[in-house]
Amino acid sequence: MIAEAGLAALWLAAGLAAFQFLLMFLALRSDVEVTRAMRAIAIVQGALTLLAFAMLLLVFARSDMSVELVFANSHSAKPFIYKVAGAWGNHEGSMLMWVTILAVAGAFVASFSHRTGERTLIAGLGSQAVLALGFYAFLLIASNPFARLFPAPPDGQGLNPLLQDPGLAFHPPTLYLGYVGLSVAFSLAVGALLTGEVDSRLARAMRPWVLGAWILLTLGITAGSYWAYYELGWGGYWFWDPVENASLMPWLAATALLHSINVLAARGALKAWTMMLAVIAFSMSMVGTFLVRSGILTSVHAFAIDPERGTFLLALLAIYVGAAFILFAVRGATLKEGAPFELVSRESGLVVNNLILSVILGIVFLGTLYPLFVEAISGEKLSVGAPYFNAVAGPLALVLAVLVGIGPLLSWRRERRPVLKLLRIPALIAATALAITIILAPDIGILPRLGFVVAAFLAAAGILPLVRRNPFRAPLATWGMVVAHFGIAVALAGMAANAAFTSERLAIAKTGERLNVGPWLVQLHDVTPTAGKNWTAIEAELHASRGSGVFILKPQTRYFSDPPTETNEAAIETFWNGQLYTVVGKSDPSGGWQLRLWWKPFVTLIWAGGALIALGGALAMLGRLWRLRRRGPSNAEWRKKSYA
Amino acid sequence: MKPKNQRLVLVSAALFAVLVAVLLAMWGLRDRAAYFYTPADVAAGKAVPGQAMRLGGMVEKGSIHREPDGVTIRFVVTDGKAETPVVYRGIVPDLFREGSGAVAEGRMREGRFIADTILAKHDERYMPPELGNLAAEHKAGKTLEK
Repeated sequence: MIAEAGLAALWLAAGLAAFQFLLMFLALRSDVEVTRAMRAIAIVQGALTLLAFAMLLLVFARSDMSVELVFANSHSAKPFIYKVAGAWGNHEGSMLMWVTILAVAGAFVASFSHRTGERTLIAGLGSQAVLALGFYAFLLIASNPFARLFPAPPDGQGLNPLLQDPGLAFHPPTLYLGYVGLSVAFSLAVGALLTGEVDSRLARAMRPWVLGAWILLTLGITAGSYWAYYELGWGGYWFWDPVENASLMPWLAATALLHSINVLAARGALKAWTMMLAVIAFSMSMVGTFLVRSGILTSVHAFAIDPERGTFLLALLAIYVGAAFILFAVRGATLKEGAPFELVSRESGLVVNNLILSVILGIVFLGTLYPLFVEAISGEKLSVGAPYFNAVAGPLALVLAVLVGIGPLLSWRRERRPVLKLLRIPALIAATALAITIILAPDIGILPRLGFVVAAFLAAAGILPLVRRNPFRAPLATWGMVVAHFGIAVALAGMAANAAFTSERLAIAKTGERLNVGPWLVQLHDVTPTAGKNWTAIEAELHASRGSGVFILKPQTRYFSDPPTETNEAAIETFWNGQLYTVVGKSDPSGGWQLRLWWKPFVTLIWAGGALIALGGALAMLGRLWRLRRRGPSNAEWRKKSYA
Repeated sequence: MKPKNQRLVLVSAALFAVLVAVLLAMWGLRDRAAYFYTPADVAAGKAVPGQAMRLGGMVEKGSIHREPDGVTIRFVVTDGKAETPVVYRGIVPDLFREGSGAVAEGRMREGRFIADTILAKHDERYMPPELGNLAAEHKAGKTLEK
């Protein structure tokens, strides 16, 4: 019954979405009652999808094996939290989550958004309904999460052990909230293009959504990177895997949008530009979803053999993106450009930021899709990996990081401040950093060295917007910007340190044997068998010391039975100046064990930087919301007027 | 700047950015894309020595040998038509074993494939993308032989 209730809720929500879209045409003829009905429908639609998602969680929590999805992805012996998290650790469940977030976001727009013009909001709600409708169709026709199995099998097939990790419980939902949060920016942009009301009011209405989505994407990418780092046992933090790129591309677009939206909000300029970015940002979310969910990455051929889902998603992608681009082409040219600005100004700085981010986005996009194109056309197989992305996108990212230090110092419209003079101290600090790296580490590569220099420059220049004024009277949004930009410097320093100073040791060790890695002396003390709820393992006990004190690390190799799989569980010890990362491998015929040890100085800065960037976003969000509350009464009045 | 000129500048800047992205990507992809070869391709001389590539096939039964240092292994990858010897230093990924599929990243050097990475196979149902067809062909070939 539970599964049927979920399915029924989904069908109802789909029907309401269709109705909501049709009502848009009536409401655009400025009928207040119809507008109110549209808002109510959007809210009910959100509630219904939420109900459907809750039903899915319930069947997973109860291990109801008569539901095909539960059978294929769960097992009654699994820890409870992974049973629940398993609900979105698969294709159908994650698509349901996607749609749920989309519909709930629409409900929030309907109930709270009153800052755009009424007509834009109506058109935006219509666009959101069309988006939801397509994905409801996809769920109901091509990936029904509630399909039953008869007779019910005794137990399930289990969940990929790599995914049985707390990281899984939070990582996909965070990313999806970010992906789909951008759908609101897309819908509002489409709405505004339809009505022609592209102004600073629209930008202010879009900004919390873009900011919120961007914060969650930042957190999701950072958490995903750390998850890959400790769970895969390869010691890397970013692999340029297509799935990773699928989350990076919307982030790059959202970052560009976040910056250009400020120009639109503050100066009314860059209208067409910002609308374009809003369309691209959500398009990238859909491209990411398509890449991950269509199976095309497994193989173009697999895609051709079982084309239903992939083709469906591709068709949705083509329709939505194509329609939005056509709308942009028709209406974008009629938008009047807002306030003019000089060549050297805050606006220009943000344009340059946008251009570089767009170029990086293009490079990642082309590199990710190139193997698919080549295979589809010539049948030849190839892979594009770190050598391409690092060499092509890396230097551009460094240039961008330098400009991040300079841009916020420029003033709106026309430069009046002696910016070069302000930058003397950061330049001096960068030069010192260069000298220090040359003296202390003469042999490191050019990119890591530049990474240190740029990080030092950015860290110093990034805090200048708070210097020479009372920092406690600066707006919270300015604090947010400074914290986020400082976070870039921190992450950059971590990446450079990891690239330049990591020491690695791979060896066979017998019990009692000692190995050197970096400043550490690691002794293999013992290897013992151990077991968990649904796995058995061998566990090595390592005693690590440098100078005084001994740290005990216990890396494992785990064997799972449902499905039969092995994983390496790295043991990681964190210190203020780096991480000791240890992996135990197979036993050797001579009685030794394979050990892989890394000493990674300051590697934690990478994720600390990511967290700081997200924190900066959160501060800016708080600042905006607080301001909104202070202005609350006037807003409410405006709202009443529009309903009168 | 007049608003009209401003728009012109912005549009040209955007087009320029697209052009730069495409050119950079083309330049980068020309020699940084790693092609996927099977031992038969290697035997036919398709793989340029020293250039990054991927090698995929089945790990031949009885071919895995450990060097005395314990962490270097040698094995032979086959696709049923040809064989390529592989040298790899490191911990082999989960479920890497004789008779199963494997994809290695690295380069050819003096007739041997020096692997930097052996791609992990996350569970037994998973096949490295490039091996999807090969494994099927391999099985089909075997059935025919029988």
